[in-house]
Amino acid sequence: MSEVTEKSAQKGKEQPIKASEFDSTFKYELQKISGSENILKCFQCGTCTSDCPVARYSDSYRPRTLIHMAQLGLRDRVLNSDTLWLCAACFTCTDRCPQGVEVASVIRVFRNLAAEKNCIPQVFMDQAQSLLETGYAYKIPELRINKRESLGLPPLPKGNPENVKKTLKGVKFFQNIQKPEGEKLSDQ
Amino acid sequence: MTNKYLIFLGCAVPYRVLSYEISSRKVLAKLGIELVEMPEFNCCGLPFDPVSHETMLILAAKNLALAEQEGLNILTLCPGCAGTLKKVNKMLNDDPSLREQINSHLKEAGLEFKGSVETKHILQLLREDVGFDKIKASVVKPLTNLKVAEHNGCHVLRPKKYFDYDDPEDPQTLKRLIEATGATCLDYMDETECCGAPSVGVSDKIALQLARDKLSHIKMVNAQALITVCPFCHIMYDTNELRIEKTFNEVYGIPILHYPQLLGLAMGLTPEELAFGDLRVKAQNIIQQLTQGANKCE
Ligand code: SF4
Ligand code: SF4
Repeated sequence: MSEVTEKSAQKGKEQPIKASEFDSTFKYELQKISGSENILKCFQCGTCTSDCPVARYSDSYRPRTLIHMAQLGLRDRVLNSDTLWLCAACFTCTDRCPQGVEVASVIRVFRNLAAEKNCIPQVFMDQAQSLLETGYAYKIPELRINKRESLGLPPLPKGNPENVKKTLKGVKFFQNIQKPEGEKLSDQ
Repeated sequence: MTNKYLIFLGCAVPYRVLSYEISSRKVLAKLGIELVEMPEFNCCGLPFDPVSHETMLILAAKNLALAEQEGLNILTLCPGCAGTLKKVNKMLNDDPSLREQINSHLKEAGLEFKGSVETKHILQLLREDVGFDKIKASVVKPLTNLKVAEHNGCHVLRPKKYFDYDDPEDPQTLKRLIEATGATCLDYMDETECCGAPSVGVSDKIALQLARDKLSHIKMVNAQALITVCPFCHIMYDTNELRIEKTFNEVYGIPILHYPQLLGLAMGLTPEELAFGDLRVKAQNIIQQLTQGANKCE
């Protein structure tokens, strides 16, 4: 998945909702996941959306709408929505929600569920590859690591990718990205 | 006062923001804080939370377990690292079954999370362990006549249940730290708003809009510099200021300084020692003003 544009984020929005799309079990599933336990407490006041910095500049990203859709059981529409990836995780909504919905965590749960099945933005794939190779989320160029000494900085602590891999054994996301080419989550 | 900390650099600082590390180490040394390097490191986990919460928990707990072996509390320069390590420490301490689940992963690498270390971001350390008075006392060249604005960034403030040392709606720590240098810290619109950095790569358009908002708000109050305490916020403003000026056909020319750079100047360190040369938006005007001011007094 490349950049989320307003156009890509709008896709599917024009389609009227069909009765068969409602999945009444979705909300109960969410109630059991750490982070989205309080989703049913949302009474749609709109505080989250009105205080969301991203919503101010996006025509499509609306945290309240995503939560409402999930309450209604529109699982696929929520999880396939590109707009999910626009949240900046600034936690303003979490702090201001009068119902303690932990909105940013709910969005994170949606993303995690989406990541299990769908494609995710390329930045996350790059970071995951770097983590598995170096222990750091970015591939820090050798040049910069070597430059530290001349700048009077101590050597960079060593990553231990082998230990990282060991501890991540059995984690679904990493099982998925370590699949052979062609089966990868990324659409790149 | 604790004065020995395990420094947790994170990924972004050594990757792109060495000026923050250089200036932080210099001022912390002057304040008598001893830093010990992490014996082994991996990403704090935050970048992976969006795609796998479990990964974030494991990576954070692994770092905490390593710190526990050293028997030292953690200091971070990155608010994202601080927020993540604090949060996971609390989550695993509060929930024995989650802790057991995460420990079963750590066991594969011969580690165990016990929940015995505390993590502080440099802001919290300066406030609680050093204290405003000691910082004031360390100032030899007060930055009088300098007017700046602060930007805390999100993860030193929110979610508030993990940060009890400041008010996320009206944060005071950074302001008071700035004032301790003798500079004036100006109020402006939407001070606590996100810089937009997490949206880079997903929607650059939205990220730039948010950064532009901040720059325009601080320009309205005629701030001479913006003071940050986060590698991502710094990259977002310093690296993108020129791009924002071009995209929106506006002129800002506002240098973005790491708080330790500002404090360092007041402590009498030179701009070279504080890696001012790394800044994309040059701080020449400020430095000139400060040296002229100093000459006048002599
Ligand atoms: S602020 Fe809370 S209660 Fe209000 S709409 Fe958002 S999630 Fe629902
Ligand atoms: S955490 Fe996400 S949804 Fe909530 S206010 Fe910030 S950007 Fe908006």
